[in-house]
Amino acid sequence: MIEAVGLTKRYGDRLAVDRLSFTVKPGQVTGFLGPNGAGKPTTMRMILGLDRPTDGTVTVNGRPFARLDNPMREVGALLDAKAIHGGRTAYHHLLCLAQTNGLPRRRVGEVLEMVGLSEVARKRAKGFSLGMGQRLGIASALLGDPRILMFDEPVNGLDPEGILWIRNLMKTLAAEGRTVFVSGHLMSEMENTADHLLVIGQGRLIADCTVREFINQNSELAVRVRTPEPDRLAQLVTTEGGKAVLDGESALLVTELPMDRVGDLAFDNGIRVHELSPLQASLEQAFMELTRDTVEYHAALPTTGQEA
Amino acid sequence: MTQTMTRPTVGTPLPPATHRAGLPGTLHSEWTKLRTVRSTMWSLLAMAGIAIGLMSLIAWATMHRWARFEPREQANLLHRPLEIILVRPVFICQLVIAVLGVMVISAEYTTGMIRSTLQAQPRRLTVLAAKVAVFAVLMLIVGELLAFAAFFVGRQVIAAHIPVSLGDPGVTRSVLGAGLYIAVLGLFSLAFGAILRHTAGAITAVLGLILIVSNLTGLLPDSWGHHINAWMPTNAGQLILYPQQGPDDLLSPWQGLGVFAGWTALLLIVAAVMFQRRDA
Repeated sequence: MIEAVGLTKRYGDRLAVDRLSFTVKPGQVTGFLGPNGAGKPTTMRMILGLDRPTDGTVTVNGRPFARLDNPMREVGALLDAKAIHGGRTAYHHLLCLAQTNGLPRRRVGEVLEMVGLSEVARKRAKGFSLGMGQRLGIASALLGDPRILMFDEPVNGLDPEGILWIRNLMKTLAAEGRTVFVSGHLMSEMENTADHLLVIGQGRLIADCTVREFINQNSELAVRVRTPEPDRLAQLVTTEGGKAVLDGESALLVTELPMDRVGDLAFDNGIRVHELSPLQASLEQAFMELTRDTVEYHAALPTTGQEA
Repeated sequence: MTQTMTRPTVGTPLPPATHRAGLPGTLHSEWTKLRTVRSTMWSLLAMAGIAIGLMSLIAWATMHRWARFEPREQANLLHRPLEIILVRPVFICQLVIAVLGVMVISAEYTTGMIRSTLQAQPRRLTVLAAKVAVFAVLMLIVGELLAFAAFFVGRQVIAAHIPVSLGDPGVTRSVLGAGLYIAVLGLFSLAFGAILRHTAGAITAVLGLILIVSNLTGLLPDSWGHHINAWMPTNAGQLILYPQQGPDDLLSPWQGLGVFAGWTALLLIVAAVMFQRRDA
């Protein structure tokens, strides 16, 4: 369980994180979504006590990170794949971390096995690819068998096989009842892994809901109608309370009116219809709409959807 | 790799924690860190090469030319019997010690390792204390070993013209003191590395201070200039290397080493306060 209350970080004039309050619960993958520069890494660094909040508090299992008895047994984090001294071997990198928390030496071999780095355990980390670096970072996060795991943009720079592996890993960890908190800037990636979403933009929380809710509320349906009489149909749609926009010479995009109703309307008025199809706004687009102007959406999800 | 996909998480359960992660584990960890990077081994080899190899070569060359020295030069060397076999090797070793001391901590920042370190042990004073303790012990042991090795090897090389033994007044203190000086200098450099967090910057600062600024203060006029010069960290610390005091020395050898240690302690306190306060 991670709890932030009014968490704020200011760098000079810039507010990187602005009064963020949230709870990350165990047993599910919580996605931390926001465009680049939204304050995701800063928030994660404050959770881990690497950066000191300007205001507010954040606790892990009810305590500030620095007060945990054995931090590695409670929280494992992959912040970036570069938090490694390249001159040290993968094995020694993990060993020196394990020793701080009194973890047994055999554990190092185990986590290397888990992430598939056993064969390069005795190689110096500076020769590692980005993907191998990510795996080593994940190995260090798993060292203390922690109940809480945090991953900052774990799929960055990974090949498809690596991406699949990390997705499965996160799901398995959550299924074991652990708290999994993962950041990213791609909605499509979150759609595949996360159960719950925290969306931030310009340092502020703009959505805190399940992925399902986010999809339902943000992928507004539009209806595409191809007809020889677009102008007439558009007028009828407008009188019915819908919105219609001309899409090319002989097509309309209709929103705020169910698709069936659009079809009936055309039939009742004898308008020929050549195509009637639903258009779903991509979640990526919804996410971008949502984060474009953060000021408009302070606390909760907007109740009205966006136009497709 | 396929195996990791089917079984991505934890194998054998960990034994329960017996105690809070504290100084003992962190000391263990810092020792592992120090011994598992190549730069440590190369630096220690370089120090040994300077203290034994280079020193012997210079001593041998000096003996070879002995007959051609003016009597005044010969008297000078006889008056300072440790000049060739202890003082000069320590001076040259300073370069290596400064680099190693700075890198013990600055490399954590330049590589990003510090973020892993502080995730494993977020109590920063514990981390800094462990670094200081482990590096101090290493430098003390290496310093003493090299100081005595240089003395015994060098003594053989210069024996024909400059007889010197541990029983001579101040000699044992000087040789012992050389190891202490090396340990203090290591921590002095470490403190700079912790404050500046940038390898090149910190090395430049340490070397600039001990090689240039310390000499320039000797040019300051009058008594106050003389005092400033005497109290400069390494100027004071180096008094321990000479068996006999100079006529103008303001500090005794042990006072001098104390002044150097005091400067170092002050810098380490500054480093600790900054380490506690700054974002990692």
